[in-house]
Amino acid sequence: MESARIVASSTKDIARRRGNTAGQNAETLARLRSEIGRLEGDVAQFGGEDGPPRVELGHREADATLQGGLLRGALHEVFAGGAQAATATGFIAALAWRVAVQRPLLWVRQDFSERENGALAMSGWCELGLDPCALVMVHAPDSEVALQIASDALACEALGAVVTEIWGETRHFDLVASRKLTLAARDSGVTGLLLRIAAKPAPSTAETRWVLRAAPSRPHASWQAWGAPVFDAQLVRNRHGQHGQWIMEWNCDECLFREVPLRRAAADSQPLAATPAHRPHPAATVAPWRRTG
Amino acid sequence: MVTALNNAAARFGLDIGTPLANARAVCPDIAVVDADAAADTQTLNDIADWCDRFTPLVALDPPHGLLLDISGCAHLFGGEAAMLDTMCHALKRQGFAVSAAIAGTPACARALTRYRSGVIVPDGQEAAAVKTLPVFTLGAEDTITRGLRRAGLKSVGDVAARGRHEIAARFGADFVARLEQALGHRDAPISPRKPLPTYIAEKRFAEPVATDGVIATTLSALGQTLIGSMNRDGKGARRLEASFFRTDGAVRVIGVETGVPVTRIDIVDRLFRERLDALADPLDPGFGFDLIRLAASRTDDVVAAQRDLDAHVHDSDAVAALIDRIAARIGGQRIVVHLPQDTHIPERATRALPAQHHFAAATVAAWPERTEGEPPLRPLRLFAQPEPVEMLADFPHGPPAAFRWRRAFHRLALIEGPERIAMEWWRLGDRDNLTRDYFRAEDSDGARFWLYREGVHRREVVNFRWFLHGLFA
Repeated sequence: MESARIVASSTKDIARRRGNTAGQNAETLARLRSEIGRLEGDVAQFGGEDGPPRVELGHREADATLQGGLLRGALHEVFAGGAQAATATGFIAALAWRVAVQRPLLWVRQDFSERENGALAMSGWCELGLDPCALVMVHAPDSEVALQIASDALACEALGAVVTEIWGETRHFDLVASRKLTLAARDSGVTGLLLRIAAKPAPSTAETRWVLRAAPSRPHASWQAWGAPVFDAQLVRNRHGQHGQWIMEWNCDECLFREVPLRRAAADSQPLAATPAHRPHPAATVAPWRRTG
Repeated sequence: MVTALNNAAARFGLDIGTPLANARAVCPDIAVVDADAAADTQTLNDIADWCDRFTPLVALDPPHGLLLDISGCAHLFGGEAAMLDTMCHALKRQGFAVSAAIAGTPACARALTRYRSGVIVPDGQEAAAVKTLPVFTLGAEDTITRGLRRAGLKSVGDVAARGRHEIAARFGADFVARLEQALGHRDAPISPRKPLPTYIAEKRFAEPVATDGVIATTLSALGQTLIGSMNRDGKGARRLEASFFRTDGAVRVIGVETGVPVTRIDIVDRLFRERLDALADPLDPGFGFDLIRLAASRTDDVVAAQRDLDAHVHDSDAVAALIDRIAARIGGQRIVVHLPQDTHIPERATRALPAQHHFAAATVAAWPERTEGEPPLRPLRLFAQPEPVEMLADFPHGPPAAFRWRRAFHRLALIEGPERIAMEWWRLGDRDNLTRDYFRAEDSDGARFWLYREGVHRREVVNFRWFLHGLFA
């Protein structure tokens, strides 16, 4: 009923404003677009019980492209090559932590993934600034079971997020399966995150799709050999906006993504600490150096 | 050696214990089958499973006996005589030779079955019933039985007439205890195969049922009864077992466990649905089930929490229910939570425990704090088995420069270390393990590794071996 009313009023607006100047037309168009965007948005957006429907990542450009942050109650995919598994794991763990907001987190992983890329280590989880207390791990024997459990778990409103880790290509994750996950996520408001290691991006009903690579890190202090994890995140699908590619740094203390100025060329392996304009850093005064042993 | 024989062979005069050659001499065309003790035990267990339909207290009496405690059950089957008749008839129809008796003590009933079948001894008349039986029915060792016969004590009555001290002096106190039990003067409890469930609900079918719908409805109805009676006592089920008795005697038991006591029928329904759907070998009704039983084999007191003021109670309930459902589908060991361990050995720093039982403990676990401002010091992914790598290093004092892992070459750009982790020498298994020097390393692409070299140079090893233990985000 709600949507019908709004659409009707919008068409009336168009009729009234027909013949106006081009500037006004553009304005109307923008407003209509945003209204349609709102109508297409998830149901949880209007529930408004569990905080904002979008969770900001902390990286300004990415948040702007995502129109305020990662949408909750939707499906997001993260792809990475076999060698980038740990990077993608870190990224998705950070995303899951951002959207879960202290609620329990269910991590479903396929057995093979653990043999290939190692098990998720809680000490490392702590070191990223995340809390292992809220993490429940499911060891699924194969991708089919993993997806079944994920769709079941997405219906449980008490969870904060459900991460499904699948290694390699799978025929079980087709459009039907992804639609099922999307609907379950939308109904419950639980965010579904899909980690696909050693798989190629394929069509699905996901809200966003990311392709992850590691990027050289940047030490913050002179006694540190390296810095916080840095991700080269490429947004290749975004249902409600544009694509993009950013270098993001995960701030383990604030549990936020931050910008990394692209001053350091890939060829230059020396850690040159860059100073963000809004956040002067003492490391900037340190001369370029190389840390060994 | 002949270990068992049928009636036809017995008619030829063969006996248990006769050597096979002698038996062949008596009857040349005798059919011989090798004795299989394991299969015999299995069969006895299967029969015991089948007997579960009469009473939950079934004990094995190897090699060929079963003891059933039917106190309070007989009236359900139309009295003791009718029950004995039903049981013997059904077992005979399945092709077994049966000899059964009902008596006040297990030893008395056992002695009676060794002599004749179908005897029912009224309470308090055990001594009279066994008086005329030959002494071998007491089931004592061969030497004792032979000794009694040689002493002229042919029947149990003869033995009972002698003074107990005489018997004890000659044949031991164990035999006296056995005799007393058979006479009904002393009782000995049986040890049932399964612990007695606290709550049982069952449904018998005049016509065997085989369809999934009927089975689900029946389970649901039984669950309702069970939950109802548990609620009255303020209990909730932690472990539920559904037993399906097939008409051909096979019994299938399917259990589900829960993390928190279950008090709602819809949860029970859903758990069993998940479990039945996920069975590797589905429930095979064959010609149908004639009895379905639902038992709560473990129960817990239910603490009624105040629900309306605290939303978190609802949340943790919902998560616990989800954990139970997943556990019912893929097994309780496959859904885990992590608890910290007080050790610095990386692979032992966490313990994964079944979420069903430890979810509450895990949510309040105290994990070591990270140091503010430091980059991650421990990897996010850890290999269960560290993988050997081929390292290029200016050894022994220089840092590692590049390494090869899984056929890929990584040139290191940033490196920090070593961080020495010595094994816990006070543990027995750790004494021979070498000290590890860990390095955090980042290659030119930004991929980050946790590498270690094994051993201390010149003290433990001469040449290092390098391993990759984990991957940083």
